Amino acid sequence: MRISKSPWLLHYDGSSCNGCDIEVLAATTPRFDVERFGIINTGNPKHADIFLCTGGVNAQNQDVVRQIYDQMPDPKVVLACGICACDGGIFKECYNILGGTDTVIPVDVYVPGCAVRPEAIIDGVVKALQILDDKKRRMKQEGYRSLTSEEYRKQLEEKKAGGVKADA
Amino acid sequence: MKGNRSVIPFGPQHPVLPEPIHIDLVVEDEKVVEAIPSIGFVHRGLESLVTKKDFGEMVYVAERICGICSFGHGYGYVNAIEHLMSIEPTDRAKYIRTILFELSRMHSHILWLGLMADAFGFESLFMETWKYREKILDMLEAATGGRVIFSIIRIGGLRKDVPDDVLRGFLPELEKVEEGIRACEKAFMSDPAVLGRLKGVGYISKEDAIRLGCEGPFLRGSGVAIDNRTRGYAAYSKVDYDIITSEDGDSYGRCYVRIQEIYQSADIIRQCIENIPGEGIYVPVKGFPNGEYMTVIEQPRGGACYYVHASGKKFIERMRVRTPTFANVPALAQMLKGCDVADVPILVVTVDPCISCTER
Repeated sequence: MRISKSPWLLHYDGSSCNGCDIEVLAATTPRFDVERFGIINTGNPKHADIFLCTGGVNAQNQDVVRQIYDQMPDPKVVLACGICACDGGIFKECYNILGGTDTVIPVDVYVPGCAVRPEAIIDGVVKALQILDDKKRRMKQEGYRSLTSEEYRKQLEEKKAGGVKADA
Repeated sequence: MKGNRSVIPFGPQHPVLPEPIHIDLVVEDEKVVEAIPSIGFVHRGLESLVTKKDFGEMVYVAERICGICSFGHGYGYVNAIEHLMSIEPTDRAKYIRTILFELSRMHSHILWLGLMADAFGFESLFMETWKYREKILDMLEAATGGRVIFSIIRIGGLRKDVPDDVLRGFLPELEKVEEGIRACEKAFMSDPAVLGRLKGVGYISKEDAIRLGCEGPFLRGSGVAIDNRTRGYAAYSKVDYDIITSEDGDSYGRCYVRIQEIYQSADIIRQCIENIPGEGIYVPVKGFPNGEYMTVIEQPRGGACYYVHASGKKFIERMRVRTPTFANVPALAQMLKGCDVADVPILVVTVDPCISCTER
C-alpha cells in the first residue's frame, strides 16, 4: 500500500499490565523499526495522528483518556492495543475496570492479544493508515469531523436507553 | 526569590513515562521544592479476582500483575501455594525456573538501560540496548512461546519442558548479548556527557537507603549488600554468585549495579544449563491449599512479598503483593526535593518504577 504521510503515534497506558506497552515501544526499536516509515512515537497529543491505547479504562483514568482524545486534531484514528483495551480482558471482572477503551472514546481498530505482539501492532497501524486516509478524504469532501468524547458519551447513553447494547 | 512558587504537573501522560503516574512538582525558579504524587491510574483491583478464579487459574492473573516482571510474579504466587500444600517441585523444574527468572531479570535491566538512555536524551543508545533485549526475548520465546507473558509456570512445576538442546542454544546467544552490553557499558560508564547527567544525581546515602526501606538495585547502589536470592529459593542455593554493590549511591551507582547484574544473570544461567538434571518437570497436585504463607523473592526491581491466605477451599481467601517500587517511593520523594526540573525524568527512571506492579 501507499503511505501518504508519516503518521505520528501517541501511546497511553490505560490500566494495562505493561506487557502491551513495552511491545508498543519494541515496535519502534531496531528489530521491528516502524520509524523507518516515519512513524514516530510522540509525547504530544497535538502532534499525533494515531492514538494507541493499551489496557482497560478505570475510574481514575477515564478523564485522562477523554482529554488526550479530544486534544488530538482531526483526522485521528484510535487503536485499542491488546485484549484489555478491546474489552477488559482478564481484568474484566475487577471492580475498578469499566471496560475497554470504547467505553469512553470511539475506537477504529481493535488489536487483540495478551500481550499483543509487535507484528500485530504494526498490522493494526497499517489498517489505521487506511482509515486515516479515508477520514482525510471525507473531511475534504463532506466536512467530516470526529465525534468528541462528550458526543460519544451521549450516543452511548441513547443506545443504552433504546435497549441496544453499546457494543452491538 | 522566596514565595514565587509555581506548580508543574508531570504526567500521567508524559513522553518519558511508559506508565502513568502523576506528580505535582512545586518549583521555585528551576528547583523542585516539593513533589506530590497522585496515583491510581493503573489500579485494577486484581487481588479481588481470588474470589472469582480458583487457586490454579490465579497463576495467570498473578503473572499479569506486571508485564515486565511477569515470570517473577507468577513464581512468587506459585512458591507461596506450593509451601502451603507442601509440594516439592522436581530439580529440573527448579533449574528451568531459575533460568527463566534470570532471563527476565536480564531483559528488565536492559529495558531499564534503554529507558535511562531515553531519559537523558541519548536516542541511539536507547535503540542499541533494545536491540540486545530482543535477543533475550527470542530466547524466552524459544523456551516458553511468549515474548512478554509466558504462562509456563504452574503449581507443582511447569506446563511444558524446555529441551536440553534449546537450553544449550542459549549459550552462544548469551555471549552475543554480553558482548553488546559491554559495548553499551562504555557509553554509560565513561561517556562524559552521560556522566554529567548521572554522577551525583539523586544521591541517597547508605543510612538513608536503609532508613527509607529501599529495595533491590536501588539499595545495592547505595552500598547495602542485601539480595533476596541468597534465601535460596528455586535453584539459587546451587549456583555461585556474589552480591553486587556500589558505594556511589547516585544514579551512576545504580546504573553500575544493573549493568553488572546483567553479566551476573548470564553467568547464573550458564551454571544452570551446565548442571541441569534430566527428570520430570511436574508433580501432581492433590487437594486444596490451607493456611497462610508469606514469601519474599528478588524481582529485577528488588524484594517482592507474596502473602496468601487459604482455607482449604477451591478459592483462596486473600492474596496480597508488596512490590519493590512501593518500597522505593519514599526515597524517590526525598530525591525529588531540591533537584533541578531537568533532572526529574532521570530521577523517576532511576528508581526503575513499575507502576502497574505497585497499583495492581
